[in-house]
Amino acid sequence: MKYLDEFRDGQKARVLIKEIEALVSTMTIPAARPLYIMEVCGGHTHSIFRYGLEGMLPKEIELIHGPGCPVCVLPMGRVDDCVSIAENPDVIFTTFGDAMRVPGSKKSLLQAKAEGADVRMVYSPMDALALARKNPDREVVFFGLGFETTMPSTALTILQAESDGIRNFSVFCNHITIVPTIKAILDSPGLQLDGFLGPGHVSMVIGTAPYEFIANFYKKPMVVAGFEPLDILQSIWMVLKQIKEGRADIENQYARIVPVDGNAPALQAVSRVYELREFFEWRGLGSIDHSGVKLRDEYVHFDAEQKFAIPNLKIADPKSCQCGEVLKGVIKPWQCKVFGSACTPEIPLGALMVSSEGACAAYYQYGGVKRYKEAV
Amino acid sequence: MNVAPFIHTRKLGKVSVGTVTLAHGGGGKAMKDLIDDVFVAAFDDQASAPLEDQARFDLADLATYGDRLAFTTDSFVVDPLFFPGGDIGQLAVCGTVNDLAVGGATPLYLSCAVIVEEGMSVDTLRRVARSMAKTAKDAGVHIVTGDTKVVQRGACDKLFITTTGIGVIRKGLALGVDTARPGDMVLVNGLLGDHGAAILCARGDMALDTLIESDCACLHGLIEALLTAAPEARFVRDATRGGLATVLNEIADASQVAIEIDEAVTPIREQVKAFCEILGLDPLYLANEGKIVVIAPPEQAAAALAAMRAHPLGEGAGIIGRVNQGEAGRVTMRTVFGGRRIVDMLVGEQLPRIC
Repeated sequence: MKYLDEFRDGQKARVLIKEIEALVSTMTIPAARPLYIMEVCGGHTHSIFRYGLEGMLPKEIELIHGPGCPVCVLPMGRVDDCVSIAENPDVIFTTFGDAMRVPGSKKSLLQAKAEGADVRMVYSPMDALALARKNPDREVVFFGLGFETTMPSTALTILQAESDGIRNFSVFCNHITIVPTIKAILDSPGLQLDGFLGPGHVSMVIGTAPYEFIANFYKKPMVVAGFEPLDILQSIWMVLKQIKEGRADIENQYARIVPVDGNAPALQAVSRVYELREFFEWRGLGSIDHSGVKLRDEYVHFDAEQKFAIPNLKIADPKSCQCGEVLKGVIKPWQCKVFGSACTPEIPLGALMVSSEGACAAYYQYGGVKRYKEAV
Repeated sequence: MNVAPFIHTRKLGKVSVGTVTLAHGGGGKAMKDLIDDVFVAAFDDQASAPLEDQARFDLADLATYGDRLAFTTDSFVVDPLFFPGGDIGQLAVCGTVNDLAVGGATPLYLSCAVIVEEGMSVDTLRRVARSMAKTAKDAGVHIVTGDTKVVQRGACDKLFITTTGIGVIRKGLALGVDTARPGDMVLVNGLLGDHGAAILCARGDMALDTLIESDCACLHGLIEALLTAAPEARFVRDATRGGLATVLNEIADASQVAIEIDEAVTPIREQVKAFCEILGLDPLYLANEGKIVVIAPPEQAAAALAAMRAHPLGEGAGIIGRVNQGEAGRVTMRTVFGGRRIVDMLVGEQLPRIC
């Protein structure tokens, strides 16, 4: 595939790995632990496992798989809310595919569908709007999920629905924002991180300026990275280079997609439609201030939270679940007590086992349980 | 092939209405007319023979093909009924023929049971039956018995077909999923994932237009050529639901071996790769309906490959990996990129990723 194969070239990868090894050999890395680099975004986690990147890196570097999988950080209570909306007989509930399997406290959307709820998988909120046009006598609810990557498409769909005068369409808004989340991780006690790979798709929308505080205040280097394996290797090299030179800068490896100032029309749509919530509950991380958005009052007639009586109950994660520690890089997935035993992709206990972008599922799927458990 | 001869002939019934109704499942004249018009007329080379409740075979005749009977069944519920590269009828014949053939059997007889949702057009049903008949004829198998049920709207999705097949296994063959040994080679007969991608596109909810066609085909000719050239082949299986990855995991598990395949030589069409890239799917798990996975001992791998490549359905054949000692049950892939990833069993359905 043109423009993809070029970024998956094994030969170039070997050159980059050599460069990384050469760089590492000139650095003084304390014996106590390797360098910890967190990839914030689940898309990176997926690529890292799909291409087997971890096994190619020198042992002085360890990747920590961060919170950037929107499906994984969705609290159980919110899934229950989805199910409760979806079970309304007048509703067609639409969602991205991988949110279907996330367990609620009683059931997932997939189970609700099997029991008769009209739950449909869509690829874009515009598909949901098309369904609303086709089914004027039913309410079509779109499950708005994701970071700034998917936020603009939901916003534009709402603006479209507004200008077309469509009234049987609403959004259950669970969009979340990346910056407060990174800040929460940086503020967490016991943090051991030496640098970040910044989220490529989110940055395509918001640009790189919002990350400056990471360099200025927390003195950690970040490189906004693309999703192809060569992108990731090059970005790791760039982070290492900063560490070696004692710098903490926000650099942009993914400049072919990410403009420094982000995408102005997307940002305009976002600020027209949403406002920040005071706080938002995350699975594994708890409540984070200003980390979620809701629809502004002007668009309240598209807000599923207003149209439906939503239980909105807070459901605590199972006690044995250590997703929070894994998300913050305090422990590795396989160090969790229930990894691979009580918690598997078939019956996920914790959020990180749910989506293929979740760190635990990725380790389980691509890494195998036995290997890691034995290595402990 | 001897189906018992008949003495009296009869006149075939005709359906005069355009759609199937519950009356066609009621057991009376309407049902008989539907069966005659749609199925008997298409399938039976002795259509005007009296209808019995079972097909009857001459045992001595069966024994000329080999020394063991093979018996298999499969249900087909594909949506849409017609898709680029095939239809549910062709699929229902090929699927069961292939399930017989991968065991080393010569496929001989099929049954065909259909469940029809009321409201289906009789012409559509005729079209499916004709497709089944043509596929069976081309494959040299006979559809000799069947059943028709009509259910209320909503009780099934348009049309479900179950085919059951009987074949006879040639003397001397002993294929088994638990017989792979370290050093054996893994072969496939061509491009993987076409069927799965074609069906997903044809459903229309992906909003993607592609030219990908299903690879739906009867593979017994190819398999016979393969097993003649490489009689010591350990195992053959068609990589249907769950794709290549699932079959390899089944072999690795049953034989307690490790299997490693090489991404660089695993044949996948560029369009299928692009399709998967956009949707966040993995082509290793996409269904095939005309592809087999073969485990052959190293000394016969070249002969197996040559025999497959010489057959029209195996032109794209290749050796894609090998069986290793190592962690029993583990399937891995050497990536083009130079890394190594685990290819595990799929947990449920493949769900497209959010971003």
